[in-house]
Amino acid sequence: MTNIVSPVAGAVSPAAAPRRDIGIKRRYAAERRFRAYGIAAITFGVVFLILLLSTVIRNGYTAFQQTAITIPVEISEKLIDPDNKRATDPSVLIAANYPAVVRDAIVKQLGIDPSKRTEVREAAAMISKGAPIQLRNLVVANPALIGTTVNVTFLADANIDSANKGQIDLNVPEANRKVSDTQIGWMNQLKSAGAIEKQFNTGLFTSGNSSRPEAAGLGVALVGSLYLMLIVLALSLPIGVAASIYLEEFAPKNKLTDLIEVNINNLAAVPSIVYGLLGLSVFINFAGFPRSASLVGGLVLTLMTLPTIIIATRAALRAVPPSIRSAALGLGASKMQMVFHHVLPLAMPGILTGTIIGLAHALGETAPLLLIGMVAFVADIPGTPLEPSTALPVQIYMWANEAERAFVERTSGAIIVLLLFLILMNLGAILLRRRFERRW
Amino acid sequence: MSTSLILLSLLVIGIAAYVMASSRANALSGGKSSNLHSRPGYYGSYAAVWAMLPSLIVLALWLSISPSIIETSIRGAFPDEVKAQPAATQNLNYGMVSAIARGLPKLTAEEVAGITDGSIDIQAKLGEKGVPLAGAAEPYMIEGAKNLTAKTAVSRLVMTGVVLLLAVAGAAYGLRSVAPRFRARNQVERVMLWGLIVASSIAILTTIGIVLSMLSEAARFFAMVPASDFFFGTVWDPRFAGAGGTSTEGQFGLIPLLAGTLYIGFVAMLVAVPVGLFAAIYMAEYASPRLRSLAKPLLEVLAGIPTIVYGFFALVTVGPFLRDLSQQVNGLVTGNYMNFIQAQSVLTAGIVMGIMLIPYVSSLSDDIITAVPRAMRDGSLGLGATRSETIKKVILPAALPGIVGALLMTASRAIGETMIVVLAAGVAARIDINPFEPMTTVTVKIVSQLTGDLEFTSPQTLVAFALGITLFCITLCLNIYALYIVRKYREQYE
Repeated sequence: MTNIVSPVAGAVSPAAAPRRDIGIKRRYAAERRFRAYGIAAITFGVVFLILLLSTVIRNGYTAFQQTAITIPVEISEKLIDPDNKRATDPSVLIAANYPAVVRDAIVKQLGIDPSKRTEVREAAAMISKGAPIQLRNLVVANPALIGTTVNVTFLADANIDSANKGQIDLNVPEANRKVSDTQIGWMNQLKSAGAIEKQFNTGLFTSGNSSRPEAAGLGVALVGSLYLMLIVLALSLPIGVAASIYLEEFAPKNKLTDLIEVNINNLAAVPSIVYGLLGLSVFINFAGFPRSASLVGGLVLTLMTLPTIIIATRAALRAVPPSIRSAALGLGASKMQMVFHHVLPLAMPGILTGTIIGLAHALGETAPLLLIGMVAFVADIPGTPLEPSTALPVQIYMWANEAERAFVERTSGAIIVLLLFLILMNLGAILLRRRFERRW
Repeated sequence: MSTSLILLSLLVIGIAAYVMASSRANALSGGKSSNLHSRPGYYGSYAAVWAMLPSLIVLALWLSISPSIIETSIRGAFPDEVKAQPAATQNLNYGMVSAIARGLPKLTAEEVAGITDGSIDIQAKLGEKGVPLAGAAEPYMIEGAKNLTAKTAVSRLVMTGVVLLLAVAGAAYGLRSVAPRFRARNQVERVMLWGLIVASSIAILTTIGIVLSMLSEAARFFAMVPASDFFFGTVWDPRFAGAGGTSTEGQFGLIPLLAGTLYIGFVAMLVAVPVGLFAAIYMAEYASPRLRSLAKPLLEVLAGIPTIVYGFFALVTVGPFLRDLSQQVNGLVTGNYMNFIQAQSVLTAGIVMGIMLIPYVSSLSDDIITAVPRAMRDGSLGLGATRSETIKKVILPAALPGIVGALLMTASRAIGETMIVVLAAGVAARIDINPFEPMTTVTVKIVSQLTGDLEFTSPQTLVAFALGITLFCITLCLNIYALYIVRKYREQYE
C-alpha cells in the first residue's frame, strides 16, 4: 500500500518537484529487449530456411549437368565375334567382351601404351561402368556396326564427373582423393580435344535406380510418385468431399457424428508412420496386395490425406452463406439439389485448395512408404501401379544413405526436383485461392 | 472375361439404362415436363443405379471370397501326409501350386502332357516361361494346379454370367418402374445419402483399422515376449533371427527407445518453443502488416518442406558442422582436437526437428494470441503498462491454456516424427544424458525392424506393431488432452 500512498504525498508538496521514478528507462529497455527477442526469433527461422535451401541448391544444381565423354570406338570383330558365329548364334553378341572394346577405345584416344596395365586400368576407370552395356545394346540393335568405328558418347565415371565440375579439391594429397593426378591430366587432355563435355542430365529424369551414381536417375521415383498422386487424388477427393458434405449438411447432431468429428481431428494428428503400419498389416498382410506397389502406397497416403481434405472441405462448405441455401430451398430444390447444385460449386475453390495442399503433403511423405516396402531397389520403370516402385522422397532417403560424394549431389538434385513440384502445387493452390475466393 | 472387361460392360449397361430410362420418361411426359414427378435424368439415374449397384456389390464380394473358397477345396484334396505337415510348409506348398497354375496356361498341350507324366522337368520348363518355382514340384502339386486352374475358370465364368445377368435384370427393373408419378428423385437421393454416409464412415473405419491391426499383431508379439519385459525392459537388443528362425532370444526393452524419443523431443521443443513463441508474439503484437505478410508465409514454408529434406540437411550439413565445431572448440580449450559431438546425435536431431516445429508453434500460438479480446489489451495499455508488460502480464496468462494445448500438439508431432531421426539420431539404443551422443527413437526402430525381408512370425518384426501402438496411444492422449484444453479455453471468451 505504501508505494501507492507515497507518490500522492509527493504530489501534494509542490516544492519537491522531481518526477516520480516509475523505472521508465528500465521498462523501456525491457520493452526494447522483448522486441529484439521477437525479431531474433523470426530472423532465426528465416535464416535457417535460407540456409537449408541454399545448401540444397548449392549441392544440387550441378546434378542437372552430367559429364560425357565422346570417343571413337572401334567395334572390332576380333573382340566381339572372333569365330564369326553371330549369324547362327546371336547370343555371342550378348556375351562378348565389351569392356575390352571400351577400354581399347579410351586407351587409344589417350595414346597410352596398352602394355602398361595400371595406366590402362586407370584410364578405363574414367568411363562409367555402364558403358559396356550401352555399347552392347548398340551392337545388338545394329550388328552391322561390327568392324566399323563409330563415335559413341559415354557417361563419365562419377569421380571424373565431380572433378570436371570442380568439386574435387586438388590440393588434397593424391592418395586421399578418388581421382589421381594422371586421370586429371587425361581429363584435361580430353577437354582440349573437345571429347569431354557437360551436357544436360536427361538420365536424372529417365533412368531407374543404380548403384553407380552417374547412372542413377529418378525415372522410377517420378513415375511412382505420379501413380501415388493419381491414386490419392482419385480416392481422397471424392471420399473426402462426400464425407464432409454428410457431416456438414446432413448429419444429425448426435453422439455418433460427434464421435466422427473428434475422430477426424485426431486422425489428422496421428503420426504418419502409424499409417504405414496400418497399410502393412491391412493391405499387404490381410488383403494380400503386392509389396512395394504404388497401389498400396496410394491407399495408405489416401487414408493419411483424408482428414486434411475433410477439414478443409468442411471449412469451405461452412463459408458458403446460409442465404444461398435458403434461396435454393425456397425455390423448391431438394436438400440434395441445394447441396450439389449450389453449395458445392461455390465451395469448390476452397475444396481444391485444401486438396492440393493435402496432395503436396502426401507427395513429401516418406515414412509410411518405407514400411510398405517402396524402399526397394527398382531399376525398371513400373508400367502399372501394381509393379514395384519407389517414390521421390523414398529415393531421396535411399540416396542419402549412400556414402559417395556424387550421391550427395544426386540427392540434392532430387530434393530440388521434389521442392519444385511442391512449389508448383502450392503456387497452384495460392492462385486458385486468389482467383476464385469470394468474400461474402 | 477379365475383371476390367466386366467393369466396362457394367458401365455400358449402366449408361444404356440411363439413356433408355430418361428417354422413356421424356416420352411419357408428352413434351410437358411438369407431368413427371422428377426430371427425366433422375429416372435415368434410377435405372442406372439398379443396373450397376447390385451387380457391382456381387462382383466385389465374389472377387474377395471365391479365392479362399477355392483354396480350401484345393487344400482339402492334398494327400494326407501333406496335410500333416506344419502350417508354414503347407503355405509354401500352396504357393507352389498357385505358381504352377500361373505357368500352366503358358505351355502347349504336349508340354502339359509331358509335365504330367514326368518326362519334362516342370521347374526348368516354367522357369523358361518366366514363372520361377521355389522347388521341385511333386505330382500332387501339378494335379492341384490343374484343379485350381479349372475351378478358377469355372468360378470366373459363373461370376461373369451372374453379374451381367444381374445388371441386365436391374436395368430392366429400373426401366419398368418409369412412370409419371414415380418418385425417382427421392429414390436416387436416398442412394446418394447412403453413399455420403459410407464415405464419412471411412474415417471411423480407418481408426478401427489402425487399432485392430496393431492390436492383433501386437498381441502376437506379446504372446512371445511378456508385456512386462517390453514395457519395463531397459535393454533393446532384438538380435535379428536368420530367415525361417523364430528364436525369441532378443531383448525388447521399450525404455531406451522411449528415453531417446522424449530426449530428442525435449531438445526440439527447447529450440521450437522460444523461437516459435517469440515469433508469434512479435507477429501478433508488434509487426507491421507488411512485415507480417512477409514473415508469416516464410515461416510457414518451413512447415511445407518434407521432413526427409530436413533429415538430409541434418545428415550432410548440421551434423558435420556440429562435429567440426566441437573439434575446434575442444582443440582451443584443451589442445586435443577430438570431437565431443558425434555427427549423429541427440543434439543434431533435436535442433533440426526444432526448426521444423517452429511454424507449428508460431502459427498455433498466433491464432490463440490474436483471439485474446481487444478489451483486455486496451485496458492494460490504458493503465500505463508497456506493450511487453501487457503481453507478459495480461495476454500470455489469458492465452496460456491455449498455448499449452498448442505446445502439446507440437510435442505429439515431435514424438511421431520419423525421417529426421532416422537420418540424424543414430540407431544405438542407449540410455544417456549426454546430448552429444547418438540415441534412437521408437519411430527409428519401427522403420529398422520393418525394412528388409519380413517374416510375420518372428518377434523381431512383430515388435514394430507393439512400438506402433505405444506411439499411437501416446500421441492420441496428447492430442485429445490438447484439443480438450483448446476447446475449453475457446469457450472462455465466446
